[in-house]
Amino acid sequence: MSNRKPVLEMKGITKSFPGVKALTDVRFRLFPGEVHALMGENGAGKSTLIKVLTGVYSIDSGTISLDGREVAISGPLEAQKAGISTVYQEVNLCPNLTVAENIYIGREPRRLGRIIWKQMNKDAEALLKERLNLQIDVTLPLSHYPVAIQQLVAIARALSISAKVLILDEPTSSLDRNEVQQLFSIMRKLKSEGLAILFVTHFLDQVYEMSDRLTVLRSGEYIGEYMAAELPRFELVLKMIGKELNLLEELPALSEETKEASGSVMISSEGLGRKGAIEPLDLQIRKGEVLGLAGLLGSGRTETARLFFGADRADKGRLVVADTGQGVSSPRSAISQGIAFCSENRKSEGIIDDLTIRENIILALQASRGWFRPISRRRQDEIADEYMRLLNINPKNPEHIIKNLSGGNQQKVLLARWLLTQPKLLILDEPTRGIDIGAKAEIQKLVLSLSRQGMAVLFISSEIEEVIRVSDRIAVLRDRVKVKELGREQMNQHDIMQAMAGG
Amino acid sequence: MLLNRKYIPVLVTFGLFLAMFAAGSFRYTGFFSSQVLLNLFIDNAFLIITAVGMTFVIVSGGIDLSVGSVIALTTMVSAALVQQQGWPPSVVIPLVLIMGAVFGSIMGAIIHYFNIQPFIVTLAGMFLARGLCYVISINTITIDNAFYTSAAQTKISLPGGSYISVSVVIALAVVLFAIYMAHYTRTGRNVYAIGGSEQSAVLMGLPVARTKILVYTFSGFCSALAGVVFTFYMLSGYGLHAVGLELDTIAAVVIGGTLLTGGVGYIAGTVIGVLIQGVIQTIISFEGTLSSWWTKIVIGLLLFVFILLQRVLSERRLT
Repeated sequence: MSNRKPVLEMKGITKSFPGVKALTDVRFRLFPGEVHALMGENGAGKSTLIKVLTGVYSIDSGTISLDGREVAISGPLEAQKAGISTVYQEVNLCPNLTVAENIYIGREPRRLGRIIWKQMNKDAEALLKERLNLQIDVTLPLSHYPVAIQQLVAIARALSISAKVLILDEPTSSLDRNEVQQLFSIMRKLKSEGLAILFVTHFLDQVYEMSDRLTVLRSGEYIGEYMAAELPRFELVLKMIGKELNLLEELPALSEETKEASGSVMISSEGLGRKGAIEPLDLQIRKGEVLGLAGLLGSGRTETARLFFGADRADKGRLVVADTGQGVSSPRSAISQGIAFCSENRKSEGIIDDLTIRENIILALQASRGWFRPISRRRQDEIADEYMRLLNINPKNPEHIIKNLSGGNQQKVLLARWLLTQPKLLILDEPTRGIDIGAKAEIQKLVLSLSRQGMAVLFISSEIEEVIRVSDRIAVLRDRVKVKELGREQMNQHDIMQAMAGG
Repeated sequence: MLLNRKYIPVLVTFGLFLAMFAAGSFRYTGFFSSQVLLNLFIDNAFLIITAVGMTFVIVSGGIDLSVGSVIALTTMVSAALVQQQGWPPSVVIPLVLIMGAVFGSIMGAIIHYFNIQPFIVTLAGMFLARGLCYVISINTITIDNAFYTSAAQTKISLPGGSYISVSVVIALAVVLFAIYMAHYTRTGRNVYAIGGSEQSAVLMGLPVARTKILVYTFSGFCSALAGVVFTFYMLSGYGLHAVGLELDTIAAVVIGGTLLTGGVGYIAGTVIGVLIQGVIQTIISFEGTLSSWWTKIVIGLLLFVFILLQRVLSERRLT
């Protein structure tokens, strides 16, 4: 295979955004008739690389060659003309137009400027039937069909532009099992016809089922290119996460004393699930217990947390808060039953940029009191002082504007905000992402001391050591399914990674 | 069956129009005649022309509030040039049409390149055009130019003794052209695509900038053309002509089945939307004792019904 010439070759690709280097000297190549998976965790640079390929972003340096000729891709139209087509997770077609139009719009067959609808419909039918084994009424609006079909229509559009390179960006995220298989059989057919397919997905099973070759990125850097058959799952995960096997020593638990997870059940889910988010799962969290959720990006960690907080509505199963015997139907009902949720998106779902530390801290408490019972300024100052001392927030001045704080301190302010409401269950989604080591350790310590005081904690993190360190029990998610539950004594990095990788 | 669903709003509108016309025919003697029907076109030719331009704007996902003011400005400029400066209509009419198109294209360019809501840009355009009328004159300028008066009075006879005006011919030509453009040209389909999802249209490589600017240019042109027709109708230029007409136009387009969210709509529906407003006015004039404000009341109620109908239909489409 390697003696053939790649249809697409990217070399030395570097792209910076203000303050961030998104891609550093990244390589990528794609051969005709292969499925090549682009792998990496959040922030690895996958989507940036794809946006470079599709002309949404321009590159700072590096070269892109198609069929051996160097090309400059200046926009989506140029990318399509060059033969690079992309099908996104969110179908980027027009729901109000017919299937046939969506395939041919911009290139409709015309006679003297007049669109020949009959021929367009006939062409569309033939294309769908011959290339994709799909027989549908092409005169119906696209919105009439389910997402799986819409995606196939998007692929048909790509094929009709005589694509040489087809990029499938998370195409399976909103499909069910049968739909995924239908898509795969079409991918195999297109592959055998010589199309080069770049496949992005976070489902490892699907990666190994479909791909011939893998390229791994991590933090915007090229890690390596491997043949899928020669790279065991476990090693792939190590490369994505960035650990070498021999460095995986057992880290001592943060606290020597082992807690007894003997508290009564605080909240439990029975068959709780939501289509496209997480398969039905049973999960119990006891009072005074830290339950860690481990799993790769897209394994359903955040989705689970959002269901527990009522931020998304479950369509299967139920969730019961033991004290009240009630379910959780909305964030409001979650808060009133003592559930607090620190989102992983600190910037967009957490801090209010232009308010002071004090104002950010009292926000949730004020909201739960109702806006007609303001907290006195004196009380606010006391609260702010108390929590800033407790969490060691820097700078010490509560009137500091929060956007000027470091990530770790912002995170602590968010924690303070929720702790102030004295939650019974604290959900922490990636509380230590992007903050320095010292602050990390402080937050971990805090989680432990809170749980010792009887608070239940659901702790989500990409860092396995961290999950092991703080958790009493760990549930491992893979491809939106809970695959394993481990008690304190069974925890070790190797087993957890194995469970995350599967296979 | 499902294909038919997208025609439901148009069919409902058409059915409503027939029902109203039938009701008028039973209730009032002399109502049921081809001339009453044709008068709907004669009296509303300018509204049909404006609404055709507006349909494209709304289908593209935008709105154009400047149409009424552009009509007023057109009547004013026409009257001033023909009456006070003595310019020939053969120069003045092309000039005002170009003026309307340029006015629209500037608004379209601002909307697209600065990414500002169409509502606020065309609102500014509305004030601007209305204000410019009064720069020309604060009074009515009556037109007695021979071309304009003959255009106003010419009756084109139809078999059966009924007649239509020049304006109706112009309006029908605009309607036919617009239907062709909407369904049989790439530009027309691009308008629908942008209304369906502008982001998708960009990613599909469609000429979004050009199309959006063209839509507002066409709307400006239609408004100016409607202004010319309005001049034939009123034989005067005045800064208070066509006040609030933008809202009548939007009402006609929505009643005609065009979704305000963009992407769905038919020119034919818009024409029926205008005719419904006309038939209500006709019924009220036949009734004799009712205030003409009842037109507004009925239009208001109809709008509510149609917006709800659209909501129900579009929600069912999602499930």
